[in-house]
Amino acid sequence: MSDALLRIKNLKTWLGSGSSPVRAIDGIDLEIKKGETFVLLGESGCGKSMTALSIMRLLPPVGRIVDGSIHLGETSLLDLPESMMRRERGGRMGMIFQEPMTSLNPVLTVGAQIAEAVCIHDARQGQSAKERAVELLKAVGIPDPEQRFGEYPHQLSGGMKQRVMIAIALAGRPQLLIADEPTTALDVTIQAQVLALMKQLQQETGMAILLITHDLGVVAEVADRVAVMYAGEIVETAPCKDFFQAPRHPYSQKLFQSIPGRDKRSERLAVIKGSVPPLDQEFVGCRFADRCDAVMTICRQQPPQWDQYTEERGVRCYLQAGEEAAVKKTGRVNDDVIATARSDTQNLLLCVDELKVHFPIHKGIFRRVAGHVRAVDGVSLAIPVGRTLAVVGESGCGKTTVGKAILQLIKPTAGQVCFDNHELTQLRGEALRRRRSDLQIIFQDPMASMNPRMLVHNIIEEGMLAQGIGGSAAERRTRVEQLLEQVGLPATAADRYPHEFSGGQRQRICVARALAVEPRLIICDEPTSALDVSVQAQILNLLQALQQELGLSYLFITHDISVVAYLAHEVAVMYLGRIVERGTVAEVLDDPQHPYTQALLSAVPVAEPDGKRKTIHLEGDMPSPANPPAGCYFHPRCPQAMERCQQVYPKAVSLSETRSVNCVLLEK
Amino acid sequence: MPELVVLWTDALIFLLIALMLLFGCLAASREYLRTPWRSVGRSRMGMGALVVLSVYILIGVLDSVHYKPLLPEAAQTAQVTHSSEVQSLLDYLLTPLREQQEKTYSSPLATHLYSKENIEQADGRMLRDYPRLKYGGAHLQNPEQEWAADVTWTIVIGVQEALLAWLSITGIVIAWLGHRSGSTFFQQCQWITSSKTDIPWRVIFSVLGIILLVAFVAANLGVKYHLLGTDKVGEDVFYQTLKSVRTGLVIGTLTTLIMLPAAILMGIMAGYFRGWVDDLIQYIYTTLNSIPGVLLIAAAILMLHVYMNRHAEEFTSLVERADLRLLFLCIILGVTSWTGLCRLLRGEALKLRELDYVQAAQAFGVRHFTIIMRHILPNVLHIVMISVVLDFSGLVLAEAVLSYVNIGVDPTMNSWGNMINSARLEMAREPIVWWSLVAALIFMFTLVLAANLFSDVVRDAFDPRIRGDR
Repeated sequence: MSDALLRIKNLKTWLGSGSSPVRAIDGIDLEIKKGETFVLLGESGCGKSMTALSIMRLLPPVGRIVDGSIHLGETSLLDLPESMMRRERGGRMGMIFQEPMTSLNPVLTVGAQIAEAVCIHDARQGQSAKERAVELLKAVGIPDPEQRFGEYPHQLSGGMKQRVMIAIALAGRPQLLIADEPTTALDVTIQAQVLALMKQLQQETGMAILLITHDLGVVAEVADRVAVMYAGEIVETAPCKDFFQAPRHPYSQKLFQSIPGRDKRSERLAVIKGSVPPLDQEFVGCRFADRCDAVMTICRQQPPQWDQYTEERGVRCYLQAGEEAAVKKTGRVNDDVIATARSDTQNLLLCVDELKVHFPIHKGIFRRVAGHVRAVDGVSLAIPVGRTLAVVGESGCGKTTVGKAILQLIKPTAGQVCFDNHELTQLRGEALRRRRSDLQIIFQDPMASMNPRMLVHNIIEEGMLAQGIGGSAAERRTRVEQLLEQVGLPATAADRYPHEFSGGQRQRICVARALAVEPRLIICDEPTSALDVSVQAQILNLLQALQQELGLSYLFITHDISVVAYLAHEVAVMYLGRIVERGTVAEVLDDPQHPYTQALLSAVPVAEPDGKRKTIHLEGDMPSPANPPAGCYFHPRCPQAMERCQQVYPKAVSLSETRSVNCVLLEK
Repeated sequence: MPELVVLWTDALIFLLIALMLLFGCLAASREYLRTPWRSVGRSRMGMGALVVLSVYILIGVLDSVHYKPLLPEAAQTAQVTHSSEVQSLLDYLLTPLREQQEKTYSSPLATHLYSKENIEQADGRMLRDYPRLKYGGAHLQNPEQEWAADVTWTIVIGVQEALLAWLSITGIVIAWLGHRSGSTFFQQCQWITSSKTDIPWRVIFSVLGIILLVAFVAANLGVKYHLLGTDKVGEDVFYQTLKSVRTGLVIGTLTTLIMLPAAILMGIMAGYFRGWVDDLIQYIYTTLNSIPGVLLIAAAILMLHVYMNRHAEEFTSLVERADLRLLFLCIILGVTSWTGLCRLLRGEALKLRELDYVQAAQAFGVRHFTIIMRHILPNVLHIVMISVVLDFSGLVLAEAVLSYVNIGVDPTMNSWGNMINSARLEMAREPIVWWSLVAALIFMFTLVLAANLFSDVVRDAFDPRIRGDR
């Protein structure tokens, strides 16, 4: 085809040498046309990033390309000498990385870093590098570019840094922009800004974009064509629309089903059993066979061939069109469950009143207190027995601090935390220690939340020992095994180390550890955000089953609206240390009243390409909690701000028994 | 029976060995400690260095078993009397070297003194010439003609003996390995020569061969000649350097043993508790760090000197006196050198206390002390290990420097520092006396190089950032 910009043929990239190299990429073919957005979708460890690095020839030292060819236009990239390749990188191909915080050099001004790229790739007569850099900053939508030119990366927010990274990538006027999870580290409102920017830039310059992501929502938002990667192979390619209407490969189908959401409430999420197989082996049959529901005998004997059944679509599976893996469609659950959720206010388990956590800022030689970071600034919430309250907000809004303050891991500055009619903030020493078994926490990062030096058995046992429950060593052992089985792990897991488990399994161990002391409330601090979609579904299913079985209450801290819709009964939306809106899930998600909630909900990418939603774009970033704006904290970014908003913080307006909103618009 | 004497440093050395054995047992049962040590065991450089180190350690341990020998005349009578002189096992093994004292300087393998003297001839005439040595090459009738042949022949005998010893040792080890893995002797040999074994036995055997070669040649020559010459008072330099091994090792190991508890405890406490505990500990070590270390050491050594002079009756022998001074040097070096490790550990503990698993433990109501022992300490152990082996060579060198400025070990004690110190004057002589300095440097260089290579391997094995890449 003449309009193909990038052609990859049978690319194989292996990591490591010796007897069993990791076959990170095992023969992929793909073609990207000029001006299109091509999305590579897949779970972590499937070789997506390795594909990008192979194209740029920036593989880590252990990696090598063993076979295949990559053509950019007419140039064969793999045959270029390194000196020529340097011209291509940042010239015809630009790249953006996942983490904007570490991609910029902290000791150089952003202007200097852009100008450097300009000098190398776009040295022109008549226009100085600085002028071009300012022009680029303007192009990526950074306000006041002349002044930003002289600032250092730490003076910019995450979204701004990612814009600067895009500006650097654009400096060489690339024909192909490779974006490796460009928005994963950003909040939804910022993500919406960055995705919109990339789209707009593409229209202006006509460059092609290779976007790598694991988020189906992002795919729906920007993609023209999609390729699904699994275990080093591409298993399906399709135009975006067709893909969302009728995914062909069982893996793609499963991915869709495992996304949590309102409509899947109180049915178990589809789960892809197991995890991605290790890539240091030679596969005999289909790589997905072990996790596939529609597995046939032939799948295990012979690898399926690529089936290009229309010009645009292809799949690597034995299943023919039409006989898609039979998927059990459970009927929609009526909202009865949610209706009964209307809080039994008599039965409150946890009651937080005007909780404040202020961290002092020390300045000067004598370390005098110069101000306070108001991480949590007057939060009130209540959780009835057996219910789930979700706290939603962007990073930096203080939601994690709320969780830790309730647990008394951080001492609250003011306010009350009342658990089962006992005040926790006044407890000290031994009395607090005894209370600890009632409240437990599950952390975001399952890698960091277990001591790598301890056996799983000892990890789970720790709480029982500290609380002096569980009886003799033999009884504790039985209990540990029982807990492991309860969270869906074999009892033999007790004698292994955490690093031998995958991310999802580790999170299960963390759940088992929390359950060991028989808590009544578990604070889940983003327990699934470090996991892949299919694994996230496993954990969410587990949490829901445990709630039904044991009558646990959850305080679910998250930024992921779809998880909230799936699991929570009530929602509290936080902005800058305060709750701006709260109510039941149905109330808040269907009919958001606060402008911030509206913007937040509209910014969430939804996995439906047709539903062209109107996104409310918020300008700028969240202000610093050390110096919140006067009046309503949200007014500088609020599209509906009025004069009154700048003067007083709006009072809570109660809209129904369960619902209150802090906004001037609703005040009478 | 000779009377056993346990000096302070001896006791501490044996305590250290016991601790190391205990730690070995502990490491064998913990996966996170066993894996890195196993990778040390697989490293060629590490094992080569370890063989060299263990020879030094063997010499050091032999020199740490002290006793008072029986007086020869006491053997006949029933009355058991012990000499007041304290000897070590090494002294006993090196008796010929120790007792063969010349008058003054003689160069390595010499048969004559290094300076001319008036010699009274049989007929009463005085002749000014280089006199024959009392012991070195005394068996030669006509040194000028026989010397070269005799030295060569002695070397050849040494090489033969070394070969024999090497063959028997490797033979036994290979047979044992073969027995353990259930393969034949010949097969095992083939594996080793083609480096197919897990532990690099080929390297170990090669290094062992070289060491045996040097040792046997040195032993054969040492009996007949002064291998590395003699010093000003005619003492054998080779004997002195061997005796210095213990001093170097004691300084390198005991200092860490003394500073380790303080550094670990204070560092972790400062990082874990923060607040006023942190302020206090930081205050202590920044203050200590701002005093020049040499000054502190000089002050402490002088104080000890005064004390020992006032209470002379408490120190029955010269060896005990020197030993106490050595111990004090270790302590004061420990006091000045714990701050670096402490600071490292404080930083690490600051990081660890924020980790989720420490927070989870706090949420369980686990006590602070238990958290420190269970969660923090095992996760900083690699830093401790790395800094201990890295510090070792630095401390050996520090001893040399301190003795050179006369605030190191007792002047009567053999140490490389003292040898280098005395070499200051020898270098000024014409013709210069170079062998003391060179001997000390060779021995010290070998030890420090081996220790550095070994510590490099240990660091690579324990550093979690490097571990993943291999």
